[in-house]
Amino acid sequence: MHIIDRRLNPKSKSLGNRQRFIRRAKEEIRNAVNKALRKRRISEIDASEKIRVRSKSLSEPSFGLGRDSGSRDFVLPGNHEYMPGDTIAKPPTGGGKGGKDGATDGDGEDDFVFTLTRDEFLDIFFDDLKLPNLVKAKLKDVRSPKPVRAGYSADGPPSKLNRVQTVRNSFARRIALRRPKTETILAAEAELAAAEAEIAPDTAKIALLREKVTRLKRLRTTIAFIDPFDLKYNRFERVPKPTTQAVMFCLMDTSASMSESLKDLAKRFFMLLYVFLTRHYQNVQIVFIRHTSVASEVDENTFFHSTETGGTIISSAFEEMLKVVKARYPISDWNIYAAQASDGDNASIDMSRCIELLDEEIIPLCQYFAYIEVGASAGRSIVWDAYEDLVDHHQHFAMRGVTSVDEIYPVFRDLFSTSERT
Amino acid sequence: MARAKAAKQSAKPLFDGAEWNFDSLKNIYDAVEEIGAGELGLNVYPNQIEVITSEQMLDAYASTGMPLMYRHWSFGKHFAREASQYRRGARSLAYELVINSNPCISYVMEENSALMQTLVIAHAAFGHNHFFKNNSLFVEWTNADTIIDYLAFAKDYVTKCEERYGVEAVESIVDAAHALMRQGISRHPKRLRNLTPVKAAEKQERRRLHEEENFNDLWRTVPKAPIDESRMDPDELEGQQALGIPEENLLYFIEKYAPRLSAWQREIIRIVRILAQYFYPQRQTKMMNEGCATFVHYEILHRMHQKGQLNEGAMLEFLHVHSSVLTQPAYDDRRFSGLNPYAVGYAMMRDIKRMCEEPTQEDRDWFPDIAGNGDALGTLKSAWADFRDESFVLQYLSPKVMRDFRFFSLHDEASERIVEVKAIHDERGYKRIRAGLAAQYDVTALDPDIKVTDADLSGARRLTLTHNARNGVMLDRNECDRTLRYVAQLWGYRVKLVEVDANSGKTLREQEALPMP
Repeated sequence: MHIIDRRLNPKSKSLGNRQRFIRRAKEEIRNAVNKALRKRRISEIDASEKIRVRSKSLSEPSFGLGRDSGSRDFVLPGNHEYMPGDTIAKPPTGGGKGGKDGATDGDGEDDFVFTLTRDEFLDIFFDDLKLPNLVKAKLKDVRSPKPVRAGYSADGPPSKLNRVQTVRNSFARRIALRRPKTETILAAEAELAAAEAEIAPDTAKIALLREKVTRLKRLRTTIAFIDPFDLKYNRFERVPKPTTQAVMFCLMDTSASMSESLKDLAKRFFMLLYVFLTRHYQNVQIVFIRHTSVASEVDENTFFHSTETGGTIISSAFEEMLKVVKARYPISDWNIYAAQASDGDNASIDMSRCIELLDEEIIPLCQYFAYIEVGASAGRSIVWDAYEDLVDHHQHFAMRGVTSVDEIYPVFRDLFSTSERT
Repeated sequence: MARAKAAKQSAKPLFDGAEWNFDSLKNIYDAVEEIGAGELGLNVYPNQIEVITSEQMLDAYASTGMPLMYRHWSFGKHFAREASQYRRGARSLAYELVINSNPCISYVMEENSALMQTLVIAHAAFGHNHFFKNNSLFVEWTNADTIIDYLAFAKDYVTKCEERYGVEAVESIVDAAHALMRQGISRHPKRLRNLTPVKAAEKQERRRLHEEENFNDLWRTVPKAPIDESRMDPDELEGQQALGIPEENLLYFIEKYAPRLSAWQREIIRIVRILAQYFYPQRQTKMMNEGCATFVHYEILHRMHQKGQLNEGAMLEFLHVHSSVLTQPAYDDRRFSGLNPYAVGYAMMRDIKRMCEEPTQEDRDWFPDIAGNGDALGTLKSAWADFRDESFVLQYLSPKVMRDFRFFSLHDEASERIVEVKAIHDERGYKRIRAGLAAQYDVTALDPDIKVTDADLSGARRLTLTHNARNGVMLDRNECDRTLRYVAQLWGYRVKLVEVDANSGKTLREQEALPMP
């Protein structure tokens, strides 16, 4: 007999099975996630999720006997009233029938619930989504070079002076040209002084020594300690370095015409965008801009959770965005993205300014500009009508309407799916 | 009992309270063994007790209770379901899990109290173990010595196939084979050949090498007889001749004859088939197996109590667990979910003991062979060795047990809106109830009777299956469609399923499936 302690054996023996299961159930899980998303509060979106999956869609069929044909006998326990020949009405089809046949082991195929970890959840959620056109720095634009060390050069700014190389050169030159050392001069001077101090000075010797000291001193001044010839500078070459740093501008209309439910729609969209970006791109910065008749850059907390109302002037947001780009995100270095959410309402005098800004400044500097219009009238607003013309001559511009929470995720996928764009 | 009580009540309790450690576990085992192997004379495989956590128990659940298993998504699904039910508190975990292997592996959970460990060791390491080692179905149909090694081979082989051919390709074969698992059993099998897994692996490798050596692309263009596959294996050829059509083991037939499968696919089907065969006796003897284990643990724990090895507190805990395991709700109870195999098995075995020792006149009339023979244990041991659930009920179900359970027999015509009570627990009804209950435990009657009746191997290559619909009960339509598609996928060509009424021979339904392109 052996008693073995297996408790310390590696855990999660079934992890491989779980991964296989999740891969298999991906479609169902995605639907379930989508459904769950509708019920979630905004702040909960990237928490882990309990998923209810119909196990029927993952069923393992086998040949089994049906219940709707033929005849069968069975024995049940617990009779307390029936006599032979009695009849019992069958329960209405569906409920209760399973209990009838005592022999089958009750392997119910109901819905069952299991919990996805946060990572599993987000993986499935953002499966094959991607920021479009994130290629600027890689392929198209080499104007964001990074200096790379490339040996030494004979000239350059003092700040790039390479002291080691310089001193090494000067040392070699000094040895080659026999520049007298300080000690040699001092020794010669001491010898001269000693000779002069003798009681019977040997003038010939003194003259010789004096001449030697003079020669040494002259040599020392003519052969510089550091000659311009010695100077070496660090040389840098500016090598174009692919970078994928990106910034996403989230522009949201918070004017009075946006009701709470519309704001909720827009916020949900941005929340998805936010979770997606923070999960998939380390270098993506996000700038939140909300606007009424004036626009301001806010932090994410204010953006998602504060309430503020007023009139609507969309161009104010664009101007704010341009200001931020100019100040912090040079176009040469950054992939710039923007997503705008609005109910499609704008002061009509502002429309022409909006289009002008978009057409000439915003869209050209963006890698991708997505506009979603929320609300029941999505697709029939003045903004929508005006933007529609832009779609034709800007490939990087996309617009979608969202009327209910259900559509957010599909629209989001639509905007960022990899397969659609090539 | 009184005798034993008088004999000795001097022993010190083995434990006090719920705590246990590995030393006390060893003491418990020794005490249980002394009674189980000594006094009761149980004949068991060497035991291996493994202490595991609840997480590991869930893992074991998910892989059909085996310590090793190949990977498949369905196990992940079962795990997810078990885990969610367990976490919700809807279901408690089994206290123990036991594997029919030599040495017999019993898993015990670390959360169990000392008394529970005692109970589990008595129940699994002696009760189930004795049943595994002695019941003729297990002896004849399963190979306890090699199962663990075979599983190791299977796991390894499936993993290698996944690496070589891709997870999805393997998965689709396993899916299809799983769907036919219940049709993957030979009811009258030749003894599973004593292949040690190393040999199995070698043999498999030989098979593959042979194919690679003799590979000539030219042959691919020549239409080949699909039987070639098996011809290469002379010792299987022998079984083949006896086989022929009709063949009840669909997986076997497909493994041998399906025209388009490659060798590794056949090997995977074979693995699934061998496991199906391995589990088949467990399905046939569930009630007896649990009854036997419950009877044994009851005997052992009582004797331990009489010896003073268990104190009163432990005994009360035991009785509580024991009786909740044995609960049998009535048919109209909300908790009713079929007959409880523990309850029926245990009740019948207690009743055999009663009949052997204190028979009534009724028992003498019904069971003249055993009534009053005084050797309850011997009678039970022979029952455990030679019967399965169905024949055990037919042989030993006594009127008393039927009365205790208040069994009644019903007849259900699917076309009618009522069910009719045919018999209750009275003089006129006993025999009918007994026969009815036996039939209910007959696994062959619960699984549809499907056979391969035709396979055109040279022409259109159509496979024909026939379902012999007993009592006109046809296959579940929805499941049937999807399962048939799996058959077609394995077979590679058109598959036809004919459902024939068993009595009249009339064709009830025909359907066909084509493999997905």
